Amino acid sequence: MSQQTETIGWTREEMARRLAQDIPNGSYVNLGIGIPELVARFVPEGRTFIYHTENGLLGMGPSPEEGAGDPELINAGKRHVTANPGAAYFHHADSFAMIRGGHLDLSVLGAMQVSSTGDLANWSTGKPGAIPAVGGAMDLVAGVKQVFVMTQHCTKTGDPKLVDACTYPLTGRGVVDRIYSDLAVIDVTKEGFRVIELGPGVDFGTVQERTGAPLLPAGDQG
Amino acid sequence: MIDKRMTCAAEAVADIADGSSIMIGGFGEAGSPIELIHALIDQGASDLTVISNNTGSGEVGLAALLKHRRVTKVICSFPKTLNSTVFPELYEEGFTELELVPQGTLAERIRAGGAGVPAFYTPTAVGTPLAEGKEHRELNGREYLLEFGLTADFSLIKGVTADTHGNVLYNKTARNFAPIMATAGAVTIVQAAEVVEPGALPPETIVTPGIFVDRVVEVPEPAHESELIAAGVSYP
Repeated sequence: MSQQTETIGWTREEMARRLAQDIPNGSYVNLGIGIPELVARFVPEGRTFIYHTENGLLGMGPSPEEGAGDPELINAGKRHVTANPGAAYFHHADSFAMIRGGHLDLSVLGAMQVSSTGDLANWSTGKPGAIPAVGGAMDLVAGVKQVFVMTQHCTKTGDPKLVDACTYPLTGRGVVDRIYSDLAVIDVTKEGFRVIELGPGVDFGTVQERTGAPLLPAGDQG
Repeated sequence: MIDKRMTCAAEAVADIADGSSIMIGGFGEAGSPIELIHALIDQGASDLTVISNNTGSGEVGLAALLKHRRVTKVICSFPKTLNSTVFPELYEEGFTELELVPQGTLAERIRAGGAGVPAFYTPTAVGTPLAEGKEHRELNGREYLLEFGLTADFSLIKGVTADTHGNVLYNKTARNFAPIMATAGAVTIVQAAEVVEPGALPPETIVTPGIFVDRVVEVPEPAHESELIAAGVSYP
């Protein structure tokens, strides 16, 4: 018997496209390194988002053409970027005043684990000997108005990333508002995880099976 | 007449003593004052505490300073970078101590230190392992933790243009930590691609006012970390 290839749910690009639909026109957005960066490719027609990168640029544009990069114009992932018309450069204390001071509308981050109370773990496995590196993640979750997580629903080994309580060291407590996974869009509510949309070919039971905490269905608004 | 120019990078860093604390500007390679760091390696000071966002790449600049075993402690937010192999080895060996600080807290600690503010409360890191052992306080119904301002004996930063009074302009995202580090170093040393006479820079455009700067060195064509690494350079 051959292993069945899984075809249900969204691809990463589709996750990014789905998330981008929920960002209002004119939002100031910080996209985390990795999968969240895909969101910039799927800005809905007629909307403009202004991207913040914590190393000191508001109005970040796409990557330049190969070979046209400027080593002094980079994003938080240290990759070459461009500056859009209307962009501004600033120093780090100003950049984190934007973050911590609640001036940014949305932060999109990856996750290792999210708890049903909105705790986020995304910076360390806590393994002894591993070199910890935190960057700006703790500041983003503490200060930005809304925090969306974009992640595969399960780890590569099939363990749920959405859990009752995180076992990895936290990035922040009660900070996540919504999760966009390959299987579903899930809100973090006072009652716990609530599925608000299922991916293509995905049923509620499958998402529940792959989630380490109880899920509330979309229709049940209490 | 005020003239903060030094003849060369070596002269600018000559009095950095063993055991000094040094803020080094830059985010990855953007804004890293490589020529000042290389002059510091040549100068030989050791047992240094370095405050910088990262720990360098390859074996040039900040990574080279670490590799030559001059740094016994780093205070930074992200000690992992592409091509960063030097710091992990020193950390595992126990030679270089790490104080991990969230990036915004690091920036605010430097800003506060330079502004004469000894400590402040921040919401960042509440509920995480990085809050352990820190004083907590509830203000306006939210929990905060106490963080302390940071100052240093020296700050090494990179600008694009400076004047002889120490006014500095920066290039794009190479600005990052430099303006706040300029305020927090007892002695702030700037390398700039061009040093001009007073009056050449429009006062409205100055990013770092000269009062924060003690020494200025002209480094006309500063190297970029990635280019040195691509060329296989290991300093010295």
